[in-house]
Amino acid sequence: MIKVENLKKSFGTKRAVDGVSFTVERGEVLGFLGPNGAGKSTTMRMVTGFIPPSEGRVSVGGHDLVEQPLPAKRLIGYLPENAPSYNDMTVGGFLGFAAEIRGLTGDAKKRAVHRVVEMCSLETVLHQSVDTLSKGYRHRTCFAQSIIHDPDVLVLDEPTDGLDPNQKHEIRGLIRRMGEKKAIVFSTHILEEVDAVCSRAIIIDRGRIVANGTPAALRQQSELSGAVTVKIPGVSSEQVQERLKGVQGARSVSVVDRLPDTAWVRVYPQTQGQNGSLAREVALVVAGQGWKLEELHTEEGRLDEVFRNITKSDNSKEQRS
Amino acid sequence: MNGLSTIKTIARRELASYFTSPVAYVFIVIFLAMCGIFTFLLGGFFERGEASLVRPFFDWHPWLYLFLVPAAGMRVWAEERRLGTLELLLTMPVTAGQAIIGKFLASWLFLIIALALTFPTVLTVCYLGKPDLGTIFTGYVGSALLAGAYLAITCMTSAMTRNQVISFILSVVICFFLIAVGWPPVTTFFSTILPERAVDLISTFSVLPHFAGFQRGVIDSRDVFFFVSIVVFALFCTGVIIRNIRSGN
Repeated sequence: MIKVENLKKSFGTKRAVDGVSFTVERGEVLGFLGPNGAGKSTTMRMVTGFIPPSEGRVSVGGHDLVEQPLPAKRLIGYLPENAPSYNDMTVGGFLGFAAEIRGLTGDAKKRAVHRVVEMCSLETVLHQSVDTLSKGYRHRTCFAQSIIHDPDVLVLDEPTDGLDPNQKHEIRGLIRRMGEKKAIVFSTHILEEVDAVCSRAIIIDRGRIVANGTPAALRQQSELSGAVTVKIPGVSSEQVQERLKGVQGARSVSVVDRLPDTAWVRVYPQTQGQNGSLAREVALVVAGQGWKLEELHTEEGRLDEVFRNITKSDNSKEQRS
Repeated sequence: MNGLSTIKTIARRELASYFTSPVAYVFIVIFLAMCGIFTFLLGGFFERGEASLVRPFFDWHPWLYLFLVPAAGMRVWAEERRLGTLELLLTMPVTAGQAIIGKFLASWLFLIIALALTFPTVLTVCYLGKPDLGTIFTGYVGSALLAGAYLAITCMTSAMTRNQVISFILSVVICFFLIAVGWPPVTTFFSTILPERAVDLISTFSVLPHFAGFQRGVIDSRDVFFFVSIVVFALFCTGVIIRNIRSGN
C-alpha cells in the first residue's frame, strides 16, 4: 500500500531525510523508531503529502503523492505530531468536519462520527470545545479524526505521546486490531510499544535507515541476546563466575549485580543464538557443583540496547524534525 | 467529492469558527459602533441636511476597514500555523487552492454580514428623506469589494507568519499604502515633485478613486476589475507562501 523509494529532504543545507526506502503492505504495522530529530516526522510528512520530497518518490495505493495527491490522500488517515485540532470547535463539530471533507454526508457522516466516538471513548466530551479538553482527550480526538473514513493506510506520528498508561494500552490495542486490515506506519520512541504492536520495525538515525526487521530479529542484534542469567544462593558471585568461565560455548561471564549471600551472574555465548545449548551446559555445571539453582533463564535481548547501540552516534544534538 | 463542496465545507467551518469564539460578536459590535460614530458624529449626517449616505457613511469605510479588516482576518492562516492544523488540513484530500478560497470566502462573508448589519442607517436616511436607493446599493457593493480586497491582503500576510500581531501590522501597512497613494493630501504632495501624469498613474493603484465610482452610483467594470485583481493577486501570493511553508524553504 505504501511505497517509499529513496526519499530525501533537505532544509537549506541540512539534510533531514537521506535516502529512506521502505514498503508497507496491508496487514502490516510498521514501527518507525529513532532519536529526536532523526527525521521521523519529516518522513511521515512526506508520506502524507504535507511536504514534497526533495528527491525520491512516495506512492500510496499506487498513487504518487506529488502527481496525484488527492486520490492518494483519500486513502490516508493521519495523526500529526502533537495531535493538532481546531481549538474553537466542539469534538462533535470537529469530527463532523473531518467526515465531510472526506466526502461523508448525511447518514454516512453520522454513522462515521458515531463509530469513531465509540472506538475512542469520546462520548462524554462530544459537545465540549476542544480547548477545554485534557491532553489525553485531545489526542484521542485527533486520532478519531484520522480513522473517521476507515482508511486503508494509517500514518500515526507518536500516537501514544502524552497519554497515561491505560490510554496507551487502549490505543495500542486499537492499532493492533486495525493493523490486521490496514497498512499502518507509526513513529514512537517508546520501545515497549514496538513489541506490543509492530509486525516490523525500522530504526532511523540522522535521516538514514540503520535497522529494519521484525522486533524479534532486531532484538537478536542485542549483545544480551542468548546470554544465560543464573541466580544461586549460598555462594559468592566470584566463585560462580570462575567456575562458569569454562563452560562450553561461553565467551565471557559477568556479575549482574551484588546481592547478599547470592550469586547473580550472566554467561554470554560465543555466537549469538545458541540459546538452548548454553543454558543446558550452564545447568549441568551448576548441578555438578551441587549448587541450589534459584533462577536460570536465557535472555531474549533488549530492544533499547539495540536502539542505543545503533543510534548512540549523536543523540545529544537534538534538532526539530 | 468535488472541489466546490470541499470549498463549501472549509468555508462553513471557517465561518462557524468566527461565531463560536467571541471574535465575531466583538468585531460586529465595534464595527457597528464605529460606523455609527463616524456617520452621525464625525460625518455630520444631520448637519448636512441631505438624504444621502455617500459622504457621511461610505467615505469612512476605507479608513474603518484599514484596521478592522486586518483584525478580522489576521487569524486566518496564522492560527492554523500556530496550532499545527495546517498540516492536518493539507493532508486531507484538499488542495491548497481550495483551502485558500474557502477560507477567504468565509471571512469575506463574515465581513459582508457585519456590513449588512448597518441597515438601520439606511432605514434612518429613508425615514428622514428620499435618498437614491440605487446609489446606496452600489455604495454597499463597492464597500464589500473594498473589504474583500483588504481581506485578501490580510490572508496573504497571515500566511507569512505564525504571529497574528505581525500579520495585523503588515496588512495595515499594505492597506494604508493602497489608500494613501490616492489620498488628496498625499497626491497633492506628489504633484509638487512629479509630473501630473505620473501622479495620475500612481493614484490609480489607490482604492480611493475606484471606490469613489461606487459611491457615485456607478458600477464601472474597471473598478470591479481593480478590486477583483487585488483579491486574485493576493490569494495567488498566499498560495505561493503556503507552498514555501510546505517545502520548508
